Amino acid sequence: MKTRIHVTLKNGVLDPQGKAIHHALESLGFDGVNDVRQGKLIELDLDESVSDDDIEAMCRKLLANMVIENFEIERDHSEAA
Amino acid sequence: MKSAVIVFPGSNCDRDMAVALEQATGAKPQMVWHRETELPDGLGLIALPGGFSYGDYLRSGAIGANSPIMREVKAAADRGVAVLGVCNGFQLLTEAGLLPGALLRNAGIDFICRDVALTVASSQTAFTSRYAADEAITIPVAHHDGNYFADADTLDRIEGEGRVAFRYGESVNGSARDIAGIVNEAGNVLGMMPHPERMIEPAHGGTDGKRLFDGLVEALS
Repeated sequence: MKTRIHVTLKNGVLDPQGKAIHHALESLGFDGVNDVRQGKLIELDLDESVSDDDIEAMCRKLLANMVIENFEIERDHSEAA
Repeated sequence: MKSAVIVFPGSNCDRDMAVALEQATGAKPQMVWHRETELPDGLGLIALPGGFSYGDYLRSGAIGANSPIMREVKAAADRGVAVLGVCNGFQLLTEAGLLPGALLRNAGIDFICRDVALTVASSQTAFTSRYAADEAITIPVAHHDGNYFADADTLDRIEGEGRVAFRYGESVNGSARDIAGIVNEAGNVLGMMPHPERMIEPAHGGTDGKRLFDGLVEALS
């Protein structure tokens, strides 16, 4: 079962990489980009036995740093083998 | 005094740290591989060196902070053993929860490798006893993720408790309140981005880092 973890920087946390991407888009001539924030997408292939609480614990203990990041769990049960 | 340097895959300042500890303590530190599950007996000081543990994968220090030896480092810190984390060591200490906050990508994005001006924010810690309060010193930095971040309440608390050991004396990496190094609540754990072990003999261009080690050994003896 595929589970996607979206890790994003919290509001107010400076994202110089996002800023650099923003500048690059502008220099390519793309107008109307107000802001860019860069995050991470982590894909996990999990057994059905792994609970939502387990995934939440994985995020809090390792996958995200709760001082600076938020996470969102996207669990897709449809791909279960 | 017995000391140890924890070595992770990707550490690259471990031997420099060992030289600094041997110079200050008069004895070679034990080099401890991160997969070990026990620390040597009778340690007075544990150093987490600079480098790129696990290639900075996920976040700088995030994987190494979960290495088996870090449980023992935490337990030793709780018992009052001194722990010094430099650069990647500072990142490891925040990721492991031994120090508050986090180290973000430098505000200017560039990797910064040069001597920087620091101010000794507190000379009251075991790590800074050989410096005068507000003294200006020079110590090199070499990092990509040195931009110290914590929420305003945490910053107020660590400043109010006198736990900021060093501040940048110039614009370096965007760190909140120019924080370059902090100690934990008990005062026995220091994390700092600048590299004192790279400033311990005249050939390095100065000896401002040497006093950190000498003062620490004196304070612990």
